[in-house]
Amino acid sequence: ILRQRFCHQRLPEKPMGIESQHKHLLELLRRTAVHGESNSVLIVGPRGSGKTMLLKCVLRDLLEVKDVNKNVLQVHLNGLLQTDDRIALKEITRQLNLENVVGDKVFGSFAENLAFLLEALKKGDRSSSRPVLFILDEFDLFAHHKNQTLLYNLLDVSQSAQAPVAVIGLTCRLDVLELLEKRVKSRFSHRQIHLLSSLSFRQYLDNVILQLSLPPDFADAKFFEEWNDSIKVLCKDKSVVDVLEKHYNSSKDFRSLHLLLVKEFFKNILQHNSSYNLCSFIPGLSVLELCLIIAMKHLSDIYEGEPFNFQMVHNEFKKFLQRKSQSIYNFDKPVVMKAFEHLQQLELIKSVDGSTGKIHKEYQLMKLMLDHNQIMEALQKYPQCPTDVKQWALSAFG
Amino acid sequence: MVRYFTRLRVRRVYKWDGTPSSFDRKLKTYFFDSLNISVEGQPGMTTVTPGQYVLIEGDNEDNPFVAKLLKFFGDESNQQKKALVQWFVRVCEVPHNKKKLLGRSPHPQEVFYYLGHTCDNEIDAESILNTVQVQYVPVDAPFPEPGIKDTLYVKLSWDTKTFKDLDPALMQDTPVPASTPPRLKPASPCSPPAAALVSLGSVGRKMPTPDPMVMRRAGSVSRTRGPVSASKAGNNEAESVHSAAKLSASKTLSTKRRGSSGVTPGVRKKLQLSIGDSPEKIMSRKDGLCELLDEEVDSEKALVTKLNSSPRSLHHGYSLSPVRSDHRPPNSLGGYPLKPTSIMLDRLSPTALGEQDFSRATTPSRRKDSAMTAREPSLGVLAEEDSESSPMQLVVTSSRSKRKSAQLVASRIRKQLNLMGDAQELHSDDGDDDCFTPSKKDLHHSSEEDLEDEEVSKSEETAGKTTRGRLRRASTTPARTPRKPPSKKATPSTPRTPRTPRHATPSIPSRTLPARKPGNVLEEARARLHVSSVPESLPCREQEFQDIYNFVESKVMDGTGGCMYISGVPGTGKTATVHEVIRCLQHASDMDEIPTFRFVEINGMKMTDPHQAYVQILQKLTDQKATADHAAALLEKMFSNPAPKKETTVLLVDELDLLWTRKQNVMYNLFDWPTRRHARLVVLTIANTMDLPERIMINRVASRLGLTRMSFQPYSFKQLQQIITSRLNKVKAFEEDALQLVSRKVAALSGDARRCLDICRRATEICEHSAPQPSSTGLVGMSHVMEALDEMFSSSYITAIRCASVQEQLFLRAVLAEFRRLGLEEATFQQVFVQHRALCRVEGLQPLSVSEGLAVCQRLGACRLLLLEASRLDVLQRVRLNVSQDDVLYALKADRA
Repeated sequence: ILRQRFCHQRLPEKPMGIESQHKHLLELLRRTAVHGESNSVLIVGPRGSGKTMLLKCVLRDLLEVKDVNKNVLQVHLNGLLQTDDRIALKEITRQLNLENVVGDKVFGSFAENLAFLLEALKKGDRSSSRPVLFILDEFDLFAHHKNQTLLYNLLDVSQSAQAPVAVIGLTCRLDVLELLEKRVKSRFSHRQIHLLSSLSFRQYLDNVILQLSLPPDFADAKFFEEWNDSIKVLCKDKSVVDVLEKHYNSSKDFRSLHLLLVKEFFKNILQHNSSYNLCSFIPGLSVLELCLIIAMKHLSDIYEGEPFNFQMVHNEFKKFLQRKSQSIYNFDKPVVMKAFEHLQQLELIKSVDGSTGKIHKEYQLMKLMLDHNQIMEALQKYPQCPTDVKQWALSAFG
Repeated sequence: MVRYFTRLRVRRVYKWDGTPSSFDRKLKTYFFDSLNISVEGQPGMTTVTPGQYVLIEGDNEDNPFVAKLLKFFGDESNQQKKALVQWFVRVCEVPHNKKKLLGRSPHPQEVFYYLGHTCDNEIDAESILNTVQVQYVPVDAPFPEPGIKDTLYVKLSWDTKTFKDLDPALMQDTPVPASTPPRLKPASPCSPPAAALVSLGSVGRKMPTPDPMVMRRAGSVSRTRGPVSASKAGNNEAESVHSAAKLSASKTLSTKRRGSSGVTPGVRKKLQLSIGDSPEKIMSRKDGLCELLDEEVDSEKALVTKLNSSPRSLHHGYSLSPVRSDHRPPNSLGGYPLKPTSIMLDRLSPTALGEQDFSRATTPSRRKDSAMTAREPSLGVLAEEDSESSPMQLVVTSSRSKRKSAQLVASRIRKQLNLMGDAQELHSDDGDDDCFTPSKKDLHHSSEEDLEDEEVSKSEETAGKTTRGRLRRASTTPARTPRKPPSKKATPSTPRTPRTPRHATPSIPSRTLPARKPGNVLEEARARLHVSSVPESLPCREQEFQDIYNFVESKVMDGTGGCMYISGVPGTGKTATVHEVIRCLQHASDMDEIPTFRFVEINGMKMTDPHQAYVQILQKLTDQKATADHAAALLEKMFSNPAPKKETTVLLVDELDLLWTRKQNVMYNLFDWPTRRHARLVVLTIANTMDLPERIMINRVASRLGLTRMSFQPYSFKQLQQIITSRLNKVKAFEEDALQLVSRKVAALSGDARRCLDICRRATEICEHSAPQPSSTGLVGMSHVMEALDEMFSSSYITAIRCASVQEQLFLRAVLAEFRRLGLEEATFQQVFVQHRALCRVEGLQPLSVSEGLAVCQRLGACRLLLLEASRLDVLQRVRLNVSQDDVLYALKADRA
């Protein structure tokens, strides 16, 4: 059940923390469905704040209302899938099952399709035709279409006495209205529903418990009680709370919380979810490469983040060698060059400008992609790090 | 429709046929009887005589004008050839707004008798393209089968205002010769169905009861004739023409006979006498034919009932043909070549009538049906005679019969046709005795005359004369009931070509439940406040309204063209005002105050490409579909050529700036057409920007646009208030103060009426939700409006920042700190992240790793609180704030407090 809940994004019974928005949207759509009033609305909220969840809940509730079920047509569009108006139009006609659809394929040119659709929408009037819900996921991407023709037409229909439509846009961009052309904007009703979770940590924790506990109609009653008790105990545990708090601090995103919880319960490892790190590369590097990185670090210290090239790094490295006069690290220049290129392949360093065909490799300007602290951290972890290299790294000026 | 434009390349030679028949001294004009049109490169020659229907070259190649010739005349020097015509109007020439007056979807080949007086009746005779067949159809009768090409149907008259039932007498009054044999005269078509029935000239007047059979029979006759003529158009052979003419003639004859036989035998005899035939002859022949015909009827009936009796019908076909060939020669000698067939029909009618009598006892509707069934056997007989129509009809009778049998029937008919052709040749040879002229055509003519002298009206004769295998006039049979032939019914079952999806009628499936009516005051108010609801009047735009009205009205009155440019920010009622103007003008033209005009609207936003504008205009003007280039050419032609009857076109171009192309040829054309002399085009353009002409138009376009400009100012708060009040229209839902607040607020920001109405609607919603509150009186008060305003106008950034997670807030603070340190508005992630770590330590939080920090940064970027570079750059990507620093500080400070 838990896996189902977390992985399959089953809709919660009732939305939490967004009851007012839910009510608002439901009311709005109900009016479109029942009264045939055209509307347009935007749902804005950061990623993972439950926009789609809200919409799905509302639609589910809406369809539960008697009579509405057979009455409403839905058209789902996604800005990532329908990358231009042409595709979007075809998709709309397909989903509306208009007459020019033959076997899931839409015929006719772009212009014909547009004229056809507009004609179709114009035919209907407020009372006779079935309301159509247009759901535009990733609304901001639709605003990038040429001339915003689709949006203009949809919103224009919603503002005129044609077939009743409700245009619902989902987006995570707060400034989405500024993307709209002014005549498109004027036709938009300026209803925005903001989804911003303002839960305190306490609520957050309660939520976690709620999510984890089994529903009361679970088959095995005894197991159910035990499980729920243990969950409560778990949530009082200091380490767990710490992890959760840290996560809460970084984001209030429920989706990532789910991911985290899934990890916890199926691997049983209380592990930091930010395991991926550039630093993990460093222990795998050779001493020579490490030395080069340190040299680079020094260089960027000296020049305050200015880019460097291989020649500079090599010089710095040589300086270090001369000082220590230990011949173990005495490599030929080509070998050092090789190590340098390896670093570049790992993307620990990056060239500043993209096109560098003409410049000699040794003089290509590079930048270090690592942070001080990362380097230090990595040095600590590095197995059998030569002490003098460590010292060199720590010293202010090599 | 035949496409005529190919003929434009062909030169036509027009010659008067014969000498002037009369001379008008006063006007010094000669009147002629007919006009010969010969097309260069083609041997055929078409003779046009007054009373015929002709196609006249117009601005639309595919749909030339239709008219009926009244007179031909030329001036003394014979330089100019003129013709007086009676116009007919095609469906596509009727203004769109008037089409709905028709109350039904027009037939594609329907024309309307034109009663208006705005068009010149005198045309250049050399603009005549060809003859055409026009049939009168009673008002309450359906149209004949659409398969008949080149035939137009007229039902109603059109006097530029309304459709009226057409008086069939108008259609009748061709130059009638002195000798008027019993002729089909229709009763007035507007009377109930019974009255629409045929009465037979003098005889028919005596008919006591209306006889639907006759009507139907006549319908079938006319219907069968159509294809005949059409097919004859294909092969110009004189023989086939001959046969067709004869067939139709004989059928009319037989129709009459049948009609009369339905009444009294005495009348029938009289009729036969009046026809000039010797009754004895007929009788004897009839007797001789009786058995054979009975057999035929029987076999036909068998065909109806037994659908697959193909061998039988084959046999039957053969059995019929000997009869024919046997009987032709004697007939033709007597000068009554088709008597057998006519008698055949005559024989049939009693049976049909008998069945009809039976059905008459039942209700009229039933009668129709049974009459239908009664008709079917006779139809079969007709099919025997009429090779062209028979395939269809046989398909009908064997409505569900297999294709195979239909093919068999067709092949049988073909054979029969050949036999008939032989017989005809035989006859024409024999006919030499009777006729003077040796040529086959004239032979045909003369023999036709023989027939017609007996029975048919003069117009029929002229038709027969001039058909020449081209076109058939049908004016003689005004009483045809073009009820849809049964083949129509059969079509769904027969595998016709499936409808192309292109022609599908677009529509949203209708809802199963009616929309609910608004319940209380607030809902009512909300419905009224919706932008889509059409207000009764447009307040605060009286001045603009008047200006546009005057402009358009004057242009329409003068029949000249002109342009007007209307600009204004969105939501200031530009389009609404223009629509209102057009509505008023249309009302005025309905009231006969100004001439009629057509209104075409296109919207730059509603097309995918500027060149689509041509296509849309053309489609709205003429219902044609064409490619952009072709449409442009057609429109160009339409607007630059003079046309005898043309209404002013008012073209509204919304969102003009979208029609901008690099060469600006679309705009150029739009503004160039009105300047043409014959265009009669008024162009109203709408766009948002005031200086659009100066900004994006090149000089020649801008100069053509002219100086007629108008700009719509944003609404002031008083105007907005007035708008809302007028919309609410005494529905008491808002407090005065609340209204004022809304209008002031909106006026200060944009002056957009749409916005204003939206806010009010939202306010009613809020009010509704908080209805139980005791304070509110059920009206929308200040608090509700405030809430709505807040919702609409307040920036969401601050709330968004407040609701962000701790780390996100910290990151924003780090960004601010870094900006302050650098004195720039931009920093790399690396720099910000150093600050972030420091802040973390200050706040006592565990510092984040770089990847976590990046995730935080990306989240802020997705909300567009931060502007980020492409994430490829990793830690070096530059970060900018999308909000003002003060806003961030304010939000964060308020958060901490």
